[in-house]
Amino acid sequence: MIIEVRDLKKNFGALPVLQGVTFSVEKGEALTIIGVSGGGKSVLLKHLVGLLKPDAGEVLIGGVNIAGLSERQLLPVRRQFGMLFQGAALFDSMTVEDNVAFILNRERRFPPAEIAKKVEEVLDVVGLNGIEKKWPGELSGGMRKRVGLARAIIYRPDILLYDEPTTGLDPIASDAIDHLIIRVVQQFKVTSIAVTHDMRSARRIGKRILMLHEGRIYADQTPEELFKSSDPVIYRFVNGIADSQEKINL
Amino acid sequence: MTRSAKQFAREWFGGLGRGALLCRDIFSSLFKVKPVWRDVLYQMYFIGVKSQSVVTITGAFTGMVLCAQTYFQFHKVKMDTATLAVVSVGMGSELGPVLTSLMVAGRVGAAIAAEVGTMRVTEQIDALRTLGTLPVDYLVVPRFLAMLLVMPVLTAGSICVGIFAAFLVGVWLLGINPTYLWYNMIHYTNMNDMMTGMIKTFIFGAIIAVIACDKGLNCPQGAEGVGRATTEAVVYSSITILVSNFFLTLVLNRLLP
Repeated sequence: MIIEVRDLKKNFGALPVLQGVTFSVEKGEALTIIGVSGGGKSVLLKHLVGLLKPDAGEVLIGGVNIAGLSERQLLPVRRQFGMLFQGAALFDSMTVEDNVAFILNRERRFPPAEIAKKVEEVLDVVGLNGIEKKWPGELSGGMRKRVGLARAIIYRPDILLYDEPTTGLDPIASDAIDHLIIRVVQQFKVTSIAVTHDMRSARRIGKRILMLHEGRIYADQTPEELFKSSDPVIYRFVNGIADSQEKINL
Repeated sequence: MTRSAKQFAREWFGGLGRGALLCRDIFSSLFKVKPVWRDVLYQMYFIGVKSQSVVTITGAFTGMVLCAQTYFQFHKVKMDTATLAVVSVGMGSELGPVLTSLMVAGRVGAAIAAEVGTMRVTEQIDALRTLGTLPVDYLVVPRFLAMLLVMPVLTAGSICVGIFAAFLVGVWLLGINPTYLWYNMIHYTNMNDMMTGMIKTFIFGAIIAVIACDKGLNCPQGAEGVGRATTEAVVYSSITILVSNFFLTLVLNRLLP
């Protein structure tokens, strides 16, 4: 098992967000985590890469519990991960080229010409040739996400994390991102974990879907099982049906 | 104790604790990771070169007004030629470092807090961490080192300009004898006065860098959060500079009499 989460709990002040999340991920698996907005999906994802510390429970990456590691001890663990953030989180003071090459420029293991070649290669993978000198502010939402993905895959991580990869994109751009994620997973043979509330995207990019509900894993099924489920909580979420109380709250 | 006083005390002690932890991380980084001197050099340009005009104007007009006020009082007791000596000691040990630091806190401290704060709210800090780079190594240490290196130079420039401007005002505007004015300034200003100023400004530089970076790194969410972090960085840096200046004066006066 490449990732194992045991009884993970996290509160923000008095608000309980994760209340005992347990699951594991095998190497090479494509997993999607679904759940309502504000339900703790992104919080869970950030625990996997050590961006947040749990209040209780364990997060094991390759058998190592990262919950108690210091920021500096976490560096080699994070090297196994590539992460695509919800808003892409590109460094807005750098060009696309410098963004994508960031980690290689920092590590200085390759000469500049080789780094430029690698940047060109990954931009080609995400279908964005010739935009090396552009600034993040000049890119559309979909392009920013693709640059974010190029930055995440340039150093060939073992695990790719996607935080709401299609949020804020039009259906065509969402479709392109989904196909890109599937292609990257196949081409680079990585373990992939995506967090989303876009059901079409979840169905396409995940071979296994976890549903987070009220701070716990409510369902752990294949997309086919989940979309056929008659469980009222799953059924309502998958088909986008608000209950009467939710309608009143809106 | 009222609620607001309690809240202020909690924020103050919380900030002090975070500042101490950030200092620990900075020194840990300095020993464990080789600084990227290109980044330090860029920050030195941003902090030093771009602050030069503000600091020079501040130094010049402070020296001029100090000269005029001192002359108006000293003239009554026929001590006109001691005017520049007072300006020199005052600028060298107190006004030079304090006013330069306050100007830099306003210009650079605000910019650092806003830049780092914006990076935090747009998840760029999290992106840095997932890319195997600690914010303290990449963002804080270059700014901290640049501030330590640049502040004494800026302050020395401000003091020199202040004294020179005071000399011109004394001679051309107030009609003081230039030879005695200059001689008394040299005679009554000793090296310890200047050393005191340089030590102070070095410490003030560290204070500005740590407070501004801390406010940026712990910036609350949203545009309002960035605005608040920027304001707090300037206000807390300025207050800390003024308060610590008093204690530094007492200590340094004993060490460098």
